[in-house]
Amino acid sequence: MSGCMRQEPDGARADYNFAYLDEQTKRMIRRAILKGLAIPGYQVPFASREMPMPYGWGTGGVQVSAAVMVPEDRFKVIDQGADDTTNAVSIRAFFERTAGVATTTRTREASVIQTRHRIPEEPLREGQILVYQVPIPEPLRFLEPRESETRKLHALEDYGLMHVKLYEDIARHGHIATAYDYPVRVEARYVMDPSPIPKFDTPKLADCPAIQLFGAGREQRIHALPPYTRVVPLDFEDHPFEASKPDHPCGLCGATDSYLDEVIVDDAGGRIFVCSDTDHCEARRDSGHVGEDTA
Amino acid sequence: MYVAVKGGEQAIGNAHAWLAEERRGDPAVAELGIAQIREQLAQAVNRVMAEGSLYDPDLAALAIKQARGDLIEAIFLLRAYRTTLPRFGASRPVDTADMACDRRISATFKDVPGGQVLGPTFDYTHRLLDFKLAAEGEVPPAPERDPATGPVPHVTGFLNREGLIEEEPGVDTIPPDLTREPLEMPAGRPLRLQSLSRADEGFVLSMAYSTQRGYARNHAFVGELRIGAVAVEMDVPELGFAIEIGEITLTECETVNQFTGSKSEPPQFTRGYGLVFGQTERKAISMALVDRALRWEELGEDFEGAPAQDAEFVLSHADNIQATGFLEHIKLPHYVDFQAELELVRKLRREAEEVRSSALMGGLASHDGQEAAE
Repeated sequence: MSGCMRQEPDGARADYNFAYLDEQTKRMIRRAILKGLAIPGYQVPFASREMPMPYGWGTGGVQVSAAVMVPEDRFKVIDQGADDTTNAVSIRAFFERTAGVATTTRTREASVIQTRHRIPEEPLREGQILVYQVPIPEPLRFLEPRESETRKLHALEDYGLMHVKLYEDIARHGHIATAYDYPVRVEARYVMDPSPIPKFDTPKLADCPAIQLFGAGREQRIHALPPYTRVVPLDFEDHPFEASKPDHPCGLCGATDSYLDEVIVDDAGGRIFVCSDTDHCEARRDSGHVGEDTA
Repeated sequence: MYVAVKGGEQAIGNAHAWLAEERRGDPAVAELGIAQIREQLAQAVNRVMAEGSLYDPDLAALAIKQARGDLIEAIFLLRAYRTTLPRFGASRPVDTADMACDRRISATFKDVPGGQVLGPTFDYTHRLLDFKLAAEGEVPPAPERDPATGPVPHVTGFLNREGLIEEEPGVDTIPPDLTREPLEMPAGRPLRLQSLSRADEGFVLSMAYSTQRGYARNHAFVGELRIGAVAVEMDVPELGFAIEIGEITLTECETVNQFTGSKSEPPQFTRGYGLVFGQTERKAISMALVDRALRWEELGEDFEGAPAQDAEFVLSHADNIQATGFLEHIKLPHYVDFQAELELVRKLRREAEEVRSSALMGGLASHDGQEAAE
């Protein structure tokens, strides 16, 4: 029963390895990451471990972060663009406890950023790593449920299903009816799932100076984009891809070029629009920008 | 003025404190001990060990206590702990023919050498609430006899002497391990069995039940069901021989299934196999039925499109820790994606409205035009 002693009542886990995972597991994950970087957009199977948080709650991202993290890192976690959403708080606390790394909410200061559903507004720079939490890494999954089939389609570069789906959207609705998790083609080879980021963020995937890593824990897949990779959203010449966002300025900082959340503020259903990237919004307000809902 | 919500950290801390208080319940009621759970809720402990893939009754009991009796949560705790354990090596295959059986029954033969041993079973109990247990649970000691010693040959072995059941030759290849390698399809039988052995009991039960109701029916007889302790042995390279490192209780079920033959196989009985930690016979029988259904391809049977035949479907959805995590993650905020959907739906509605009104206007205009022409 010596095992019982490993978790102290206050939750301190001083006797776990740096960043929780053992070194062998980290090596295995790093190999998958390197393979992913060598074949951009290709889904590399990896032996995902059970983590102390549930599958579907960022276990893929957490394993990737743990594998790339070094003690000198400064770690930032966002969920929906915000540093203070509950699961972002929980993941940040996990690495504070198991790796003892410094954390930050500033995009600029962070060396590793783990994200769910957003890419920060502030352009990333060389040397930074953006780690995405990915629920379903297979862009063809909802067109073909079988993994054995979709792997074949990727191998044969057969993306007809996806083009037909997008075409049918246009025929039916006049638009491609995909508002987030928009499929992209990487270096003219693999069609990749960018995780459920809004369409607004899709262009930021391309030509990015930072390393982008995508971890899907439950589905046991890692894919990656090395810096400055060509990433093109799937579209048609007569229906070009269009990044969209609510047509308002931020109510707090007045930004007109950031992705916005719609917040209901009273029982009468009154609503305002505010930046989803909380760090971006705060930095703008600190430098004197004012929105019309801050009066 | 709108102020963005802060304080997630404190809210989480408070929620966890409240949870701890709720877990303890009324402090006037005596606290439940780990030993009490291990001894008196043994079937819960067995299930948690089986699906947690870790044979440790004390840790399983602790997990059940910590999880407030939520067994899937307890399985999750055990699994998450298990992954942190170093791996020293692999044991030798356990020899279930050498099991010290507490229970051993065969449905295919009236009697078997050594007799039908019922063991501690709920079978044949009348499911009447025993109100005496609400007051006091002391029981008189059960009658005893000397245990049978020596090997206990498998019932299916008797059938095999006539060549009536398919051969199951042993193989020396090291089976794959889905806790160390990603699950890849198509999965061979050893991998399927490993997955089923740790799969959710309810899921495997329902899959097995569906085969009984005609979705890939394979009419299973319980050739043998045995429960008991087996020795776990490990080769120690320094010593040059195997030593016994412990004992575990297992439930093993071998089914004998009807089979009229196929293009590749003669008419003979075929096998389904279940092996699970602890006294877990519902799970072991279910596992054997699903195992048999998944073997359609190697036996040259038709794929009927039944869920229990579809290895990719069964193995991808059998793990309750994966399932519950992904299911419950939809509680997490999704407002960024929802916002994108909101914008899209508003846009589509606006355009549909424009099309409708312009059609209406167009209709009026052409009507006017007609009148003017007349």
